[in-house]
Amino acid sequence: MTDDTRVLGLAGLQALIDALGLRGYTVIGPTVRDGAIVNAPISSLDDLPRGIGDEQDAAHYRLRDRGDEALFGFAAGAQSAKPVLFPSDELLWRSRRTADVTVIDREVEPPPGPPYALIGVRSCDLRAILMHDQILLERTAADVHYAARRAESFVVAVACTDPAGTCFCVSMDTGPSPRGGYDLALTELYADGEHRFVVAVGTDRGAEVLAEVAATTATADDVAVAERVITEASGRMGRALQTDGLKYLLYANVESPHWDDVASRCLACTNCTLVCPTCFCTSVEDVTDLTGVNAERHRVWDSCFSEEFSYIHGGSVRESTRSRYRQWITHKLAAWEDQFGSFGCVGCGRCITWCPAGIDITVEAAALRGTPRKTSQRS
Amino acid sequence: MTSLAEHDHADAAAHALAAGDAMLPRPYRVVRTRQDTRDTVTLQLEPVDGVPLKFSAGQFTMLHAFGVGEVPISISGDPTKEGLLEHTIRNVGSVSGALVAAAPGTILAVRGPFGTGWDVSDGMGGDVVFITGGIGLAPLRPAILELLANREKYNRVALLYGARTPDDILFGDELRKWADLLGIVVEVTVDSGPHSWRGRVGLVTQLIPRIAFDPANTVALVCGPEVMMRACATALRGRGVPAASIRLSMERNMKCGVGLCGHCQLRELFICVDGPVLTYERLAPLMSRWEL
Ligand SMILES: Cc1cc2nc3c(=O)[nH]c(=O)nc-3n(C[C@H](O)[C@H](O)[C@H](O)COP(=O)(O)OP(=O)(O)OC[C@H]3O[C@@H](n4cnc5c(N)ncnc54)[C@H](O)[C@@H]3O)c2cc1C
Ligand code: SF4
Ligand code: SF4
Ligand code: FES
Repeated sequence: MTDDTRVLGLAGLQALIDALGLRGYTVIGPTVRDGAIVNAPISSLDDLPRGIGDEQDAAHYRLRDRGDEALFGFAAGAQSAKPVLFPSDELLWRSRRTADVTVIDREVEPPPGPPYALIGVRSCDLRAILMHDQILLERTAADVHYAARRAESFVVAVACTDPAGTCFCVSMDTGPSPRGGYDLALTELYADGEHRFVVAVGTDRGAEVLAEVAATTATADDVAVAERVITEASGRMGRALQTDGLKYLLYANVESPHWDDVASRCLACTNCTLVCPTCFCTSVEDVTDLTGVNAERHRVWDSCFSEEFSYIHGGSVRESTRSRYRQWITHKLAAWEDQFGSFGCVGCGRCITWCPAGIDITVEAAALRGTPRKTSQRS
Repeated sequence: MTSLAEHDHADAAAHALAAGDAMLPRPYRVVRTRQDTRDTVTLQLEPVDGVPLKFSAGQFTMLHAFGVGEVPISISGDPTKEGLLEHTIRNVGSVSGALVAAAPGTILAVRGPFGTGWDVSDGMGGDVVFITGGIGLAPLRPAILELLANREKYNRVALLYGARTPDDILFGDELRKWADLLGIVVEVTVDSGPHSWRGRVGLVTQLIPRIAFDPANTVALVCGPEVMMRACATALRGRGVPAASIRLSMERNMKCGVGLCGHCQLRELFICVDGPVLTYERLAPLMSRWEL
């Protein structure tokens, strides 16, 4: 935290939401829906999950009453910011075809949807957004829809002060406190009966917006309390993943008998990839109207757990569930490093929480460490 | 990964927007079609906007039949001449079926060209061996034509080609011309043939020991089903061709062709961008694993 660290009270946070709304942003933040924390448009502090915490474990998610007034007192919600910036269904283009003309229209300008301000983005999820920037914007070709939406987005991150049982961002070195990539970052403090937010400024744009609301300069005391809260949170991670040599571990275990063991439990339901903030795989779908004149092409989320994902005529490359689980965890913890220079897992724990079979990436990775390397006869 | 402090997403996004939409195709009109075999058709296409497509031998496009779908198809035309875009397509399913049925005048949509090329010119001054099975001859044809445009710069050149039956042999007239006039050793084999077939029957790999080349100074370009490519690579290694001089064109499910959709991944490789043409040196450890 720097010298220009500021402090906001509850009224100040409301003023921040108002200021973002006035600037034309659709403000998205955590809300309670159907027993889970989900992102939705918000306009007031009353929309936030006041006094709500969560309980997460393998195949287990439950909200609980914290008995306090904390607005961000929970960990990773059911979805990250992924559905906002990289929606599950995106119209790529439309075509209209008559006897003599074919017109292909793209729908990129103006950007699809209003600019979004994301409030309460967790450090792990922010890191996942930065990975999507790298994957979807900074390579051979870019996803222009993501680019348009991302160029306009404003991020108010929040440090996690109460991690859940499935969190392991400390292992992945992605949290619990955001270290960059945000416009503003909040740490919620609830000491001395005074509810306040220590605010770190990440960008000029963040500073401009903050200047419009009544923020005071943080005292050395505020900063020290914020740091203590985060240090304590770091010590309360529900899970851990030993990351040294992980890439070699996975590559070496390509033929491990352990894949059969996971496959006996995995339902290949694709939940883990849908909730994962970093998974980026997609497919395309063509929709034609009854006349055959108008057609639309959509980009939709896909998952390496589906059988069709690797289909080439004659059959799928990854026919078995064991090969698909291996693909998933090997991509997350090994191949991603070769492709993009980091792990593809940010330790948010969602795949553990939302797996109906309770399969746990940290447990499976640890099991591989325990399995002696074996070369199988299969090829 | 860029360090977080340096990361400027707005700049990256602006750059990405300026570069254009790789998922947006250009309309092409089918000018001519040629029925090559029972199930295979060559389409010649011209861009509706008039700007011809430049490509390297070995590259592919994403070819779209409106309302049906889009599939990766290698370019089978001559890379040394500016002209119509050529694709040779075998009918195996819904999209390829719609493409082979496209009559002259039909509008299709094209994205690309994408992927790595054969770089056949690396074989200049030495020997070149082309090995292919089935429809795999189509993706190799541009490399053969590129070589022929400079035939004198290469030493011995051989084409080993395996087809299912004599009726499935692609580009038959051209094969004869290459053999008779252009100094290419062309060896064809079929899986099975009628009594009247006087040529060879058997696997294309069995032809490898029959031809002469200098292993240390040979570039081998192989295109066909994965099991066939593995067997050929093994046989070539057996004759002493370095793994780095053996190039294979890999096939994977592809939904984007530009590294975005994730479908074509082979461990750390995106076959659409890092391939489809890759050296056996790179592929050997990945090809020997089940369902990778
Ligand atoms: C780099 C590359 C170059 C190719 N070049 C040629 C070529 O020059 N000529 C040619 O005839 N074929 C080529 N193919 C194969 C061609 O893409 C498939 O035959 C085609 O996708 C089959 O689609 P379908 O809808 O007709 O078949 P279906 O069996 O109905 O397939 C359904 C879907 O699965 C996927 N799929 C099926 N088979 C393949 C496959 N072999 N490769 C990739 N995706 C597949 C496609 O998305 C397809 O739409 C190439 C493939 C790749 C990857
Ligand atoms: S793999 Fe699991 S823990 Fe890791 S980022 Fe994805 S959902 Fe979160
Ligand atoms: S390959 Fe699987 S694990 Fe990797 S990004 Fe795609 S869906 Fe996620
Ligand atoms: S085809 Fe989409 S990533 Fe390669």
